[in-house]
Amino acid sequence: MSASIPNPVRSAFTTHERDDTVIVNIGPSHPATHGTVQIIAELDGEKVLRTDVHCGYLHRGFEKECEDHTWHNLIPYVDRLNYCSALINDFAYCDAVEQMMGIEITPRTKYLRTLLSEYSRITDHLTCVAASLMELGAMTAFLYLVTVRDFMYEHLAALTGARVTYSYGRIGGLANDVPDGWFTRLREILAEYETYIARVHGLVDRNRIFIDRLRNVGTISTADALHWGFTGVILRSTGVPRDLRKDTPYLAYAELDFDVPVGINGDNYDRYYVRMREMDESVYMIRQLMDMMPDGPINVDDRRCVFPEKALVYNEIESLINHFKLVMEGPSVPPGEIYLAHEAPNGELGFFLVSTGGGTPHKVHVRSPSFVHMGGVHRMLDGYQLADIVTTFGSVNMIGGECDR
Amino acid sequence: MTTPFLDLVEQQFAPSSGIESHGVQHGVLVLQLDPAALLPVAERLKSQFAFDLFLDVTAIDWPDDALRFEVVHHFYSTTHKVRVRLKTRVSASDPTVDTLKSLFGSAGYMERECHDMYGIVFRGNDDLRPILLYEGFSGHPLRKDYPKQLEQPLVPYRPPQGTLVR
Repeated sequence: MSASIPNPVRSAFTTHERDDTVIVNIGPSHPATHGTVQIIAELDGEKVLRTDVHCGYLHRGFEKECEDHTWHNLIPYVDRLNYCSALINDFAYCDAVEQMMGIEITPRTKYLRTLLSEYSRITDHLTCVAASLMELGAMTAFLYLVTVRDFMYEHLAALTGARVTYSYGRIGGLANDVPDGWFTRLREILAEYETYIARVHGLVDRNRIFIDRLRNVGTISTADALHWGFTGVILRSTGVPRDLRKDTPYLAYAELDFDVPVGINGDNYDRYYVRMREMDESVYMIRQLMDMMPDGPINVDDRRCVFPEKALVYNEIESLINHFKLVMEGPSVPPGEIYLAHEAPNGELGFFLVSTGGGTPHKVHVRSPSFVHMGGVHRMLDGYQLADIVTTFGSVNMIGGECDR
Repeated sequence: MTTPFLDLVEQQFAPSSGIESHGVQHGVLVLQLDPAALLPVAERLKSQFAFDLFLDVTAIDWPDDALRFEVVHHFYSTTHKVRVRLKTRVSASDPTVDTLKSLFGSAGYMERECHDMYGIVFRGNDDLRPILLYEGFSGHPLRKDYPKQLEQPLVPYRPPQGTLVR
């Protein structure tokens, strides 16, 4: 059977550079390559001479499906782009649609979205750092980080009702307000986080094995990072302080006090350290946001996109029609197009939306950081050891759902 | 939300040969280009105006128009913190634009996706291997005339063999 199926992947190279090298396939579905990624590598002994990275395909058909659903119904789809920080995808998408419709969200929603974005950034970075540490054998550190991440997941589940795919954003607001006692628990979790993170810093920061495996491995220069379109942590690890939260502030970021941590060498250690520092900044921001949190409504008063209250739907014909129209036809977004980007944990997450008017998008394109990173990741793998692929690839934090189209 | 720098860029790329229209939408400078002007404009953006980050390339399908595809390029300047979007119309019979691979490595990679999904040909890109589809896949899935329900499995479906133990 297997002989009749052609190889779906064509490598950039099939011939050997030298006689004494071997070409090996790493992945897909190898523990080192988180997901659908296949790395075709030419090896000289343990040394990686050159690699060809294929990002693979999850067969989800995200962009095609979007063209057949209303603007509201896309929210569960954008959730699944990056399942570690689904809320940021939600908010970036909603923000883009709201700007097309000319909607200004309420102050409370603005602050809540900022808070939840930072919360998601922590869970995403925790996942990435924990996985990288586990791949290096640091099981204790992994368990510490995953423990605190699970506190956060449970806490977010208490807010949204789901564990990782929250579908919590709405065009013009949020699904619901925070329950009673949620902020109190958040303060407790942040304190827990600091305890556990201090333990992880103590375990690995000055650990000989850890530093030797990460320092000067997977190095990328600033020029290369820009050339290959890298954004987010990878670009910042090379020393470029590019952060959309500072550069073009959105939501409530302009009112917050925070730093943009950068690295020096652009190696794996810098990426680890930038992530750890960013989480501390996020905690600092969340505390500011909790103190500044305004009261008020969650949803804007706009019949074009926000569902009327249930009591009105049952008792008033106008609201009933409004409800039906929103469900059957979707919110009417005026014709036009927009490109809007938020700073996701991995880098710039941009939504390019095209509307011809009406309830269904003409086109939805997502500029996902993971997909772009796969184009240049070979520059971080070539020339290092075979075992370094695991650590370098872990520090890129590739998410399969984002590579998908 | 325009910045002085964006105004300057906008003046520099006033409608002339190759540039059909320009304007700022949602804080992004949008230039409508002739296909021949794409590469020179991108070069100028990179060398003169420090648009050093190539973000994205995609296409929009307008099935009823004579010039069916609209190829969209996104640029960002890390020094000036502004965005530029280039839009180029090409016809379905000759959906060809120049590649920006010589300027940005990421362009060469992202053009592969656009080629897969819309069938846009990037002249000068010698590495338009399928990226999300497999070799031998026919059609371009994100075109409007590609049926949503159409299945093209690489491995043919086969009935389960043997006895199913429940």
